[in-house]
Amino acid sequence: MNWQLMWDSLPRMLGGLTLTLQLIVGSLALGALVAFGVALLRLSGNRVVETLAAAYVFVFRGTPLLVQIFLVYYGLGQFEFIRDSILWPFLREPYWCAILALTLNTGAYTSEVLRGAILSVPQGQVEAARACGMSRALAFRRIVLPVAIRQMLPAYGNEVILMVKATSLASTITLMEVTGIARRMIAQTFAVFELFIVAGAIYLVLNFIATRLIKFAEWRLTPYLRARA
Amino acid sequence: MLELLSFGPNGWGGQLLMGTAMTVAVAVSAFAFGILVGSLGASAKLSHSLALNVVADVYTTIVRGIPELLVIYLLFFGGSGVATSIASAFGYDGRVDLNAFTIGVLAVGLISGAYSTEVIRGAVQSVPFGQIEAARACGMSRWLILRRVLVPQTLRFALPGLGNVWQLTLKDTALVSVTALAELMRITHLAAGATRQPFLFYSTAAVLYLMLTTISTALFNRAEISANRGVRRA
Repeated sequence: MNWQLMWDSLPRMLGGLTLTLQLIVGSLALGALVAFGVALLRLSGNRVVETLAAAYVFVFRGTPLLVQIFLVYYGLGQFEFIRDSILWPFLREPYWCAILALTLNTGAYTSEVLRGAILSVPQGQVEAARACGMSRALAFRRIVLPVAIRQMLPAYGNEVILMVKATSLASTITLMEVTGIARRMIAQTFAVFELFIVAGAIYLVLNFIATRLIKFAEWRLTPYLRARA
Repeated sequence: MLELLSFGPNGWGGQLLMGTAMTVAVAVSAFAFGILVGSLGASAKLSHSLALNVVADVYTTIVRGIPELLVIYLLFFGGSGVATSIASAFGYDGRVDLNAFTIGVLAVGLISGAYSTEVIRGAVQSVPFGQIEAARACGMSRWLILRRVLVPQTLRFALPGLGNVWQLTLKDTALVSVTALAELMRITHLAAGATRQPFLFYSTAAVLYLMLTTISTALFNRAEISANRGVRRA
């Protein structure tokens, strides 16, 4: 075990951390928006819209993320009208392609989690809110959504961990985030185990922090479960 | 354009089919290896030995907490070295080279095994302890209890969870394409580059993966129904 090499590789690996964090935060934030929209569409009651939303979820959950990333990065640029559109400055960049693919992927998974959580809100609570004179929108905003978000947190925590790991696939489309840097350094030095340990430790720390944050959110959102001081 | 997907001399249909077969081969072998690892991991987690508990916990925490791609790189770049040193410990002094298929199966199998460990551990724990006691009271030996009482029921409880692990395993095989093994993703990549029709080929790959996941979901559902045929429904 070459400790010196491990220690020396740390600054270079941590240099990729900014990009990894950007990918995680960017795709999770955008993915949450997509998930919210798709979950609402799937519960809209309109047959056509529901089928379309279900098809989106089916496709993105049933195919490997790598296919999705390559489809966006290599596939979209094939079309003339996309190269001519105003989106091209973005879709030309591997960075935005990675964000787009990760967003669509996590959006599909998260929408299912959110849909399940919304459906699990007891019907009586909605009825009570309606009986108090709340409009449908108000009842959704004040009653259904807060309860559902609290309910979905444990499952969403798993999705966050999957996303932290999924950002490593961005290295396959030339982005030098932590895994990309680790791969390049392994190819240069052939110190496989040392560099694997350093890169793996970075991801473990990220995932540890992510689980702590989700636990903290759960704690904040369940004040009624805490013993009163 | 669609003739690129045909089975003729100018089409990639045959190659894509071979790639799909390779993907299935890697996924099935890795899943089977994962169940083997998972059974060992689950028994380590449930054993009374503190050392085994710690080893199994470290294994599942690390493998489930780091990217799959890193595990594949670890075995791709380091697997042959480890195999060589293991072989030399047994007195063989040549170099052992693992082929891409073995590396893929080992890497994806180790990932799959970490998830299987948790599924199998949960399933074993949901077998009521009274049944084990009853079997002991009937005078069954440990092996007989394992074979007649524990394993059949664990299998039934583990099926839904193992179905999820299978889906993960199948999708993780796409990552093995970075080792240049000629599975579906790799063939697609080559075809997309050679024909300059990336969208066509990557969507074809997506459809093929969707077919695999859909068919296997149906198979797992049927397996669940047949495993539960002796169970009374509420």
